[in-house]
Amino acid sequence: MANLLRKKENNTFIIGSPYFIWVVIFIVVPLIMIFYYGLIDRNGNFTLENIAAIAQPVHLKALRLALWLGVIATVICLIIAYPLAYILSQTSINRYGFVVFLFILPMWMNFLLRTLAWQTLLEKTGVINNILVFLRLPPLNIINTPAAIVLGMVYNFLPFMVLPIYNSLLKIDPNIINAARDLGANSVKVLQKIIFPLSLPGVISGITMVFIPALTTFVISNLLGGSKILLIGNVIEEEFTHAGNWHLGSGLSIVLMLFIIVNMIISSIFDKTGEGNFL
Amino acid sequence: MNFNNQKPLIHLENISKSFDGQLIIDELDLQIRENEFVTLLGPSGCGKTTLLRIIGGFETPDTGKVIFDNADITHLPPNKRPLNTVFQKYALFSHMNVGENIAFGLKIKNKPADYIAEKIAYALKLVNLDGFEKRKPDTLSGGQQQRIAIARAIVNEPKVLLLDEPLGALDLKLRQDMQYELIRLKNELGITFIYVTHDQEEALTMSDTIVVMNQGYIQQIGTPEGIYNEPENAFVADFIGESNIIDAIMIEDKLVEILGSRFACVDTGFGKRKPVDVVIRPEDVELTSKEAGTLEGVISHLIFKGVHYEMEVTAGGFEWLVHSTGMFPVGAKVGIKIDPFNIHIMHKPESEDEEAVSIEALEEQS
Ligand SMILES: Nc1ncnc2c1ncn2[C@@H]1O[C@H](COP(=O)(O)OP(=O)(O)OP(=O)(O)O)[C@@H](O)[C@H]1O
Ligand SMILES: [Mg+2]
Repeated sequence: MANLLRKKENNTFIIGSPYFIWVVIFIVVPLIMIFYYGLIDRNGNFTLENIAAIAQPVHLKALRLALWLGVIATVICLIIAYPLAYILSQTSINRYGFVVFLFILPMWMNFLLRTLAWQTLLEKTGVINNILVFLRLPPLNIINTPAAIVLGMVYNFLPFMVLPIYNSLLKIDPNIINAARDLGANSVKVLQKIIFPLSLPGVISGITMVFIPALTTFVISNLLGGSKILLIGNVIEEEFTHAGNWHLGSGLSIVLMLFIIVNMIISSIFDKTGEGNFL
Repeated sequence: MNFNNQKPLIHLENISKSFDGQLIIDELDLQIRENEFVTLLGPSGCGKTTLLRIIGGFETPDTGKVIFDNADITHLPPNKRPLNTVFQKYALFSHMNVGENIAFGLKIKNKPADYIAEKIAYALKLVNLDGFEKRKPDTLSGGQQQRIAIARAIVNEPKVLLLDEPLGALDLKLRQDMQYELIRLKNELGITFIYVTHDQEEALTMSDTIVVMNQGYIQQIGTPEGIYNEPENAFVADFIGESNIIDAIMIEDKLVEILGSRFACVDTGFGKRKPVDVVIRPEDVELTSKEAGTLEGVISHLIFKGVHYEMEVTAGGFEWLVHSTGMFPVGAKVGIKIDPFNIHIMHKPESEDEEAVSIEALEEQS
């Protein structure tokens, strides 16, 4: 019996080892390096200065803007994604395949390319403005504004909101909805008291999956925000590349990581209570 | 109870329903009276749930009408129907505790809080689960969840309760306890029960009226005794209880030839030398000494079943199933004797189609 058990453990280890190695190389090692660089200065002495640097007005402003745009993008994603996921979950045509296809298709295209495409579309003399001018409408001055960044975030991260909500809606047993209707609930009550509370885990994971990449992005803000609008992601990227200050970059990354961890803790708490006494 | 002189509360008129071109319910007609305990009984997939869903409003029939209290409710949505359902798989709201589950229907109807609290306490007492208000459904056993589903339905004081195999997931002991509890509940509340099961014993124990269904047709409607003792056809006889169903020839009134031997019986009006089916319940087969029986046979199997012995007797080329409190050892030569009252003669179906007797034919007969 003991032998059998040990054998089984061995098997899991062998099967799991590529994943384990992958995790070590691509997650654990970079994390250790970030903490190593973030907590020492150029001379190799321990310091908290790199972390405290977040208090500098430029950095603080970039962080605040990133948080703010992240929140706006997440809210817009939620407003678009929930009805979309609901409608998709109600259509019986080709249930899974169709939806997955719809959302995987643009993901096959490179993220950079998609964002660059938006740049071309939004430019002062870009496609959209040409059409507007042709129609004798006032042109849009959206490129290089926070609005363009939010648009890029919503466009790129919307699938991450739709899919978890869609999945949680699909998981709801139709008999639960029938039971609510049987007890006298009309469509609005069913949505409010049954469907929404039961889809909350999907909403929470959607929020996390949109907010975290939105908070940390630098590509979207680079391409659609010009060089004037700095998000915390841009500041960190700048430190690692042009400024070459890995210590400051790592220190600010640690701060950003704290925000991500807090976000995840809040969402896991909310998820538990949310599944519980929502009514 | 006799319901024949009462006006029907629910009348299903000529209901048909197909899914993906496949006919599931075929021109079905059924009347249900106030306070009646009606059981829909039939094998898996025969359309019981579908019929219940049509009554509950979750499915619209392709043709026909659902009449409730003289009003046509065929197209009324479920939330506007004065009946409640206990679903085949409980369908409790997992995000609410037991109290909130039970209160759901009452809150929708904007009942005052103290009324709701009183109702929750009353319902929990009724299903023997006092003090479970704060528990979550997933912390309850199957039987407890079942009882909560029943409590959730009955607090709304429906005129009719639809129950879809509510005891299907329970073990034998709990199922029997719950059967008594349901009957007690029904008598206490005075509501009409439409009950779905594929367990014939459950149907026989609980119902006032049993509706035996097969492939979307009603095979027979009757009291438990009527269905058991006077099955209309071989399907009903086979489905309700164990039985010996044997090809036979009706020689003349009150005389039937079974497996080459002539037995006296009490049925008349089948004509002369007509092929028929006979049904003989295993407990009605008497085993005697070889000489005293009408038919000779050999015991081929013997099982002790607690209350009785179950024996298989090879006689006249047929394996007879026999239940008896006395026993003969395997290999013993015995005689088979049957009381004329216990031989039940049935018409042979002339075609496949007729095997599924439709309700019109049944009504004409009675
Ligand atoms: N929504 C549906 N779409 C397609 N076919 C369906 C649908 N609902 C039921 N059916 C089919 O109708 C037939 C009858 O189903 P139903 O659920 O009424 O059977 P049942 O008598 O309740 O069986 P069980 O005892 O197994 O619950 C089955 O063949 C089933 O596959
Ligand atoms: Mg069913």
